Amino acid sequence: MSNDLIKGKVWKYGDNINTDIISPPAYMELSISEAAKYAMSPIDPDFGKAFKEGDLLVAENNFGSGSSRETAPLTLRHLGVRVIIAKSFARIFYRNAINLGILALESQEAGKISQDDVLEIDYKAGIIKNITRDERYTCTIMPDHIMTIIDAGGLVTYLKAKKKTQ
Amino acid sequence: MGMTLTEKTLAGAAGVPSVKAGEIIWVKVDRAMMDDILGPRVEIDEKMKELGAEVWDKDKVVIISDHYTPPANAKQAEIVKFTRDWAKDHGIDNYFEFAGPCHQIMVENGFALPGQTIVGTDSHTCMYGALGAFSTGIGSTEMLGVLVTGEIWLKVPETIKVQWDGVLPKGVMAKDVILKTIGKIGHAGATYKAIEFVGTTIDQMIMDERMAITNMAVESGAKNGIMAADATTEAYIKSRGIAGEYEILSSDPDAVYCETHSFVAEDLEPVVACPHEVDNVKNISEVGHVTIDQAYIGSCTGGRYHDLKMAAELLKGKKVARGVRLLVSPASKEVWDECSRDGILKTLSEAGAVILASSCGACLGLHSGALAPGEVCLSSTNRNFLGRMGSKDSQVYLASPIAVAAAAIEGRIVDPRKYL
Ligand code: SF4
Repeated sequence: MSNDLIKGKVWKYGDNINTDIISPPAYMELSISEAAKYAMSPIDPDFGKAFKEGDLLVAENNFGSGSSRETAPLTLRHLGVRVIIAKSFARIFYRNAINLGILALESQEAGKISQDDVLEIDYKAGIIKNITRDERYTCTIMPDHIMTIIDAGGLVTYLKAKKKTQ
Repeated sequence: MGMTLTEKTLAGAAGVPSVKAGEIIWVKVDRAMMDDILGPRVEIDEKMKELGAEVWDKDKVVIISDHYTPPANAKQAEIVKFTRDWAKDHGIDNYFEFAGPCHQIMVENGFALPGQTIVGTDSHTCMYGALGAFSTGIGSTEMLGVLVTGEIWLKVPETIKVQWDGVLPKGVMAKDVILKTIGKIGHAGATYKAIEFVGTTIDQMIMDERMAITNMAVESGAKNGIMAADATTEAYIKSRGIAGEYEILSSDPDAVYCETHSFVAEDLEPVVACPHEVDNVKNISEVGHVTIDQAYIGSCTGGRYHDLKMAAELLKGKKVARGVRLLVSPASKEVWDECSRDGILKTLSEAGAVILASSCGACLGLHSGALAPGEVCLSSTNRNFLGRMGSKDSQVYLASPIAVAAAAIEGRIVDPRKYL
């Protein structure tokens, strides 16, 4: 990610958005681009159709709980999700997101963000500006070893770059 | 300062004398497991080609086609074929298909042993902790890293101690123990952490029961669930004729735990996890009148020999209620054969059960028993998320295999103890 500032419109969800919701098992046999249309469909059938590149995904506690399925962050990434803000993430999802180059930012103030708010995020500084509400929140700054992977655009690109320098 | 069982196991995998919670370490994995649904076909094949890399150690990789077997349609068949061909092309001899859920195959074949460190592309990989291994689920891209290097970075988790002492009352199973535990810790209460199960209740359990417990550690968000290997573990390994080397480790007396939860087995009643979260746990006597359409006994959690045997004992001479379907999927081909040999499948079938292939199918609504909108299922599996077993408008309750059997008789959730 070249620019440290990310600006976009929010899609907002609540607690425990698990992997069966993000990537319903019934569609996992489809390709990622086809399956992406059904991302979040158990709770929001519009998401897979109307989410636009640059929009932001915000949820509350325990985002991504359940399965290790990478189809969850893969379908989200396909739809253009580059940043997810949540109060907390489930462990495997968090790692999967990072490995795909998706920023997973923890903010205890995610509850103050609503659907359609416009945010400006300075993730290197750990600051979220809510432009719609004229509020400022903090989010955790990702540790260096994780930031290196994100900056590279994900684990595979990171490994490739590493291989070249060896 | 002493180390916990998880810390000791990871120290071994990192090749250092000691590690402590919070440290980031690189570990060598003893085994890498991939399934069909999230194995080579997701990212791995394509990205391995891009990297121009090879599998680091073919003998340490196990590939199991289980989610889409037997395939319900051409797409699923294509995925199984892809997985099979990929295993062949990469020289992976440890390939299994149509033989049951991956985790059961792993333990039956000695691919998970005490003291080992194992990763798999399935979240319930944490099950192998029942044998005293460190095991955890990872995503496909991370598996790619493991396949290429044989290593993975991990943050050494803090450990939560879960202590169960005493003798379980009749009609209460290992599944009730783990559901009760998750009800207490919460579905995210162990995120980033290890859970170590200790106490006389655990000590008395056979391996089938222990696996039902560690299998579900991830349902409280845990990185791994683990139990110290003991004579029961060794007897199990020996009885299976498994030759591999292993190391029996245990927590030091002065090991540091971040939390301890203690339970008394005698106080436990049969419990149920109500829709749509695994920690929504109630005593079965408190769930009220819940009628069911489907009763399911199966999966890597609740489909082992002991589970089917207990269900068959309860169902012997009884009949499944009209309008209810009882589906049974033994946790592996081997479990299938053992249950067949001992008349367990016959008893279940005579009671009205439909015996299915050993597979993941119904557990996540892919085939062999998906739910229609409005339908309700009581299941011995490990997840009851919205839409887990089919329609997003269906409902899944989780309970022990005997509670599922009892519900099949009455067509509603009931206390199984009345049939014992
Ligand atoms: S049986 Fe169910 S929980 Fe176990 S591996 Fe298969 S789908 Fe996953």
